[in-house]
Amino acid sequence: MKVRDPQDFWAGMMFMAFGAAAIFFARNYAFGSAARMGPGYFPTVLGGLLMVLGVIVSLRGLAFAGPAVSRFNWKPLLWVLGSIAVFAAALQGLGLVIAIFLLIIGSALGGNEFKLKDVLILALCLTIGSVAIFIYGLQLQFPLFPGQPG
Amino acid sequence: MDIIHNLILGLGVALTPINVAYCFGGVLLGTLIGVLPGIGPVATIAMLLPATFALSPVTALIMLAGIYYGAQYGGSTSAILVNIPGETSSVVTCLDGYQMARQGRAGAALTVAALGSFFAGCVATVVIAGFAPPLAEVALSFGPAEYFSLMILGLVAAVVLAHGSLVKAIAMIILGLLLGLVGTDVNSGIARFTFNIPELSDGIGFVIVAMGVFGFTEVIVNLEHKEKREIFVKKVSGLWLTREEFKAATPAVLRGTVIGSILGILPGGGALLASFAAYSFEKRMSKNRANFGKGAIEGVAAPESANNAGAQTSFIPLLTLGIPSNPVMALMVGAMTIHGIQPGPQIVTNQPELFWGMIASMWVGNLMLVVLNLPMIGLWVKLLTVPYRMLYPAILLFCVIGIYSLSNSSFDIYIAVLFGLLGYVFVKLACEPAPLMLGFILGPMMEENLRRAMLLSRGDATVFFTHPISLGLLVTAAILLLVVVSPAIRKKREDVFVE
Repeated sequence: MKVRDPQDFWAGMMFMAFGAAAIFFARNYAFGSAARMGPGYFPTVLGGLLMVLGVIVSLRGLAFAGPAVSRFNWKPLLWVLGSIAVFAAALQGLGLVIAIFLLIIGSALGGNEFKLKDVLILALCLTIGSVAIFIYGLQLQFPLFPGQPG
Repeated sequence: MDIIHNLILGLGVALTPINVAYCFGGVLLGTLIGVLPGIGPVATIAMLLPATFALSPVTALIMLAGIYYGAQYGGSTSAILVNIPGETSSVVTCLDGYQMARQGRAGAALTVAALGSFFAGCVATVVIAGFAPPLAEVALSFGPAEYFSLMILGLVAAVVLAHGSLVKAIAMIILGLLLGLVGTDVNSGIARFTFNIPELSDGIGFVIVAMGVFGFTEVIVNLEHKEKREIFVKKVSGLWLTREEFKAATPAVLRGTVIGSILGILPGGGALLASFAAYSFEKRMSKNRANFGKGAIEGVAAPESANNAGAQTSFIPLLTLGIPSNPVMALMVGAMTIHGIQPGPQIVTNQPELFWGMIASMWVGNLMLVVLNLPMIGLWVKLLTVPYRMLYPAILLFCVIGIYSLSNSSFDIYIAVLFGLLGYVFVKLACEPAPLMLGFILGPMMEENLRRAMLLSRGDATVFFTHPISLGLLVTAAILLLVVVSPAIRKKREDVFVE
């Protein structure tokens, strides 16, 4: 047995995992009958279907050749998603202004080219713009600076 | 004539100064985000939703609709000039539009895209005006079985829309359906898949999923590839078409409009499906086939007309059946609920000002868009010269603020980050996220209607085949699926997506 189409093979594995998880977590929800479906009916049936499809996709990954899974590019992935998470964490305590700077600088570090001056100017412009548009224009509720209530 | 009477009523609503102003705001914003790759109508509408509280419902809907079809105009600009689709529905426009630009015909490509869109927009408006009211009447007789079958048809259409493996697309739909079930079950009150996290008891907002899977993932994937953009800024001159170009483009626009209008009505359809289908159809129909991919004007005219027609007619299932056929329409449901309007067949009869006002505003909006896009093209071209490294942090910021503003909670942003990661895995494994999104939107509605239909029939599954409308919908779905699986079409479909 050799994996000939890694994309399909692992996609199938992923579907199987999701299907199994759905069935597992739905095990405590009442299943009911076809006429009176309980909360567990639809998710269990769907989970089963997903597992079947996962098996098919994986088997095809063994049978037919296909492209390899290209390498995960951790730099943009981690910087982008990480800086978004940092933004979310910083918003309530540190306020919008600091959160924006953290997000912009962090996500810019994930790019191919990093020019500190450009990034700082961008962050400043976006901060001013966001405050104008979102807080004064659209009246969204954000704490602006550390220690302010939302 | 009822239609004319109604359209006059609608124009009366659409032409009040405040509605004209918000319509203009909507299409301007739509063009802007359409031109900018990476930020789409979903993110924009989501951000503006809370701000529409203060407006009257019809004004709010006019503006939000303007963003959606405005984005179809803007999307073609970046596709033609930079070879980057500003919107996903302009992906196929890149093929021939960019080639035209390289041959110095960028002006002609932009003109045909804008005028084709305008024509299609006008026709689509008439289609909505003509079809929606009778369809709404039919829809009033729909029971749960019909609704369920209709959604099956929509999901099958979504499979056709996905590129790559059919099985994978179906699996993605089911995964989407499952994700849509997270939250409190309406019938039993049991919290499903919430892992005792209180924030999840209302389910995951689809904006959050969409931003993660589309928005964040898109940025990360773009960063993987080195920026290589060649912009034909100086070559945008000569907006007029030559006589030959005009002759070639006209039938393409007509065909694109018809295809777009039809596919837009289908649940699961909309601008994206319409543009792909129109391009492949045009390629097959055209005498000029060999020239496709090398700057054929038909290859710009057909998909650009189709995506605008599709964007507008996708309002039909929303306004008549209450079914959102794509993420943007799901947001429109949100906008309606904010104002206490229940989307569905009763809108046409109970709220004629709202219904006809919105339709008439599409005419007004399309006219504004032609003016915005042709004489002012220079302005949008300037926008395209902003390098991506300055653009994407801003895109991320808008997405994040959009998510946060939904319920003022950082938790939603964390969930979106998870979906961003998942979206990246999908890309690596060549799984299309669009079907997942549709499954996600329709999941709860499908379960609800399935349960009700089965309850009414006392567990007899044949109910879906004995009701004539339901049977018709299922047969259509089956035919659609068979057509796609048939080897000939399958090959064609691969051809189209390969390019």
